[in-house]
Amino acid sequence: MKNLEDLEKKINSELTTKINNTEIKHNQIYIETDKEDIIDVVIFLKTNQYTKFRQLIDITVVDYPEQNQRFEVVYLFLSHEFNQRLIVKYLIAENEVIPSLTSIFPSANWMEREVFDMYGISFKDHPDLRRILTDYGFEGHPLRKDFPLTGHSEVRYSEDQKKVISEPVKLEQNYRNFDYESPWEGTKYIKEEIENNDKKN
Amino acid sequence: MTKKIKNLNLNFGPQHPAAHGVLRLILELDGEVVEKADPHIGLLHRGTEKLIENKTYMQAVPYFDRLDYVAPMNQEHAFALAIEKILKIDVPIRAQYIRVIFCEIGRILSHILNVTTQALDVGALTPSLWGFEERETLMTFYERASGSRLHANYFRAGGVHQDLPKGLEEDIAKFCETFPKIINDLESLLTDNRIFKQRNVDIGVVTKEDALDYSFSGVMIRGSGVPWDLRKSQPYDCYESLEFKIPVGKNGDCYDRYLCRIEEMKESVSIIKQCLAKMEKGPIKSLDGKISPPPKAEIKQSMEALIHHFKLFTEGYRVPKDEIYTAVEAPKGEFGVYLISDGSSKPYKCKIRAPGFSHLQSMDYLIKGHMLADVPAVLGSLDIVFGEVDR
Repeated sequence: MKNLEDLEKKINSELTTKINNTEIKHNQIYIETDKEDIIDVVIFLKTNQYTKFRQLIDITVVDYPEQNQRFEVVYLFLSHEFNQRLIVKYLIAENEVIPSLTSIFPSANWMEREVFDMYGISFKDHPDLRRILTDYGFEGHPLRKDFPLTGHSEVRYSEDQKKVISEPVKLEQNYRNFDYESPWEGTKYIKEEIENNDKKN
Repeated sequence: MTKKIKNLNLNFGPQHPAAHGVLRLILELDGEVVEKADPHIGLLHRGTEKLIENKTYMQAVPYFDRLDYVAPMNQEHAFALAIEKILKIDVPIRAQYIRVIFCEIGRILSHILNVTTQALDVGALTPSLWGFEERETLMTFYERASGSRLHANYFRAGGVHQDLPKGLEEDIAKFCETFPKIINDLESLLTDNRIFKQRNVDIGVVTKEDALDYSFSGVMIRGSGVPWDLRKSQPYDCYESLEFKIPVGKNGDCYDRYLCRIEEMKESVSIIKQCLAKMEKGPIKSLDGKISPPPKAEIKQSMEALIHHFKLFTEGYRVPKDEIYTAVEAPKGEFGVYLISDGSSKPYKCKIRAPGFSHLQSMDYLIKGHMLADVPAVLGSLDIVFGEVDR
């Protein structure tokens, strides 16, 4: 459908309970759904004559380590016919296995491999779930928020062993994360002190 | 007596000149026919997305140059647009024209490289020698505007870093006059060349349906006859006010994609000409002092400017909590940035959607049943640059 509002209504009326929430923002539709319904939702979006989201643009995940359901899986779709963009999301906990879209969109293959590599999320029924961007034999999932920026190991050529070896990262200087908070608002420790003083008074 | 013949596994790359970078392609061959292709990527993985999460918005821009390093500014454009949409800031009209000019220069840079090296892969040496001379001129334009031939770091949220130096507009205009002749020269070498056609016509054919299913974009989808270009369908900056045509292929083979690229270069020249004609003097970045840094001279006079300067280059500007996906038509296809901001001066998440990633993924589908010698031809027409595939 050409009109975003109509499209939103259509999706809500057709998928009813499978949709938790819809929102129009920045000329795109954001849909929240559940892990169990994602396959049905995607098939509807791809095949329905009023939606025709024929292209899967990307799959990604956002990590919120402080939440119970830690990962938010995000699918980006594009409809050439109606010139619309749509974003589908749902939350999952760590170690949950989610359904793969490879049977609907062949291009999901590498995108899901990337998600698996970067976040350690497993996909059910994926034909070939291997790491894709990181090195052979890499450990950990780099885009998780608790993975350090420097990584855990570094490689170098060892003159003694005559081969490339991997060893734990040694930093001459720690990675410096400056606190740039506005000095007019007060830095963190000053703020805390002020708050404490306020409480005492 | 029957003899069992085992298929041969062949490693194509990671150090192969026709692999256009560090691609390790594991081919399963039955005689000379490719049965299966398994690309191993990630040899150039630098963790760009992780690094961006740890940098302020302004510090993140140079990482975009290092993605598709043959057309750096097109990538910066996507990131700048994403921030601008969240911050809801307007870009001055002159800045829009400058950005479009340099995006189109980037498109020509990328297409020259691709067309000529593809010709090189299938056996023609001369086009690359002629083409690279022009690339050199274009990169000089990059250098004069941004100070750097390749890693420009020129686009900012709200405009560009600085105005064009004196005389650059005239020189770009002169280039637009001479360059179409070079394209014709290149075409005279390739378009009707018997060897070039034998190597490219009906090789790596993509149907319309498959182009959609495999998430193709850019020339890869237009070569298959889908008239889809984000500059037309979802215009950004001043593309709406410019006139240009979208070249579309018919057969979806390597040769059609080559023709599309040649035509696109001609269109780019016309876009640059229009921009130069319409451009007027004016500001080149947002006037909001909280987002774009003040001019150097002002810092010596105004206390406010000094504070703004200091805050912008230490803390950086803050971007309110939001999420957005913006895409631009990069030379290789749809280049998108999925940006999540959390109100601080660093992005919470910045997912980069590189067109080459989905194109390379289809290598197995494209090459199955072709001969080994077709691998470089198909790979060349996919227009792969590993900076963006591996990120």
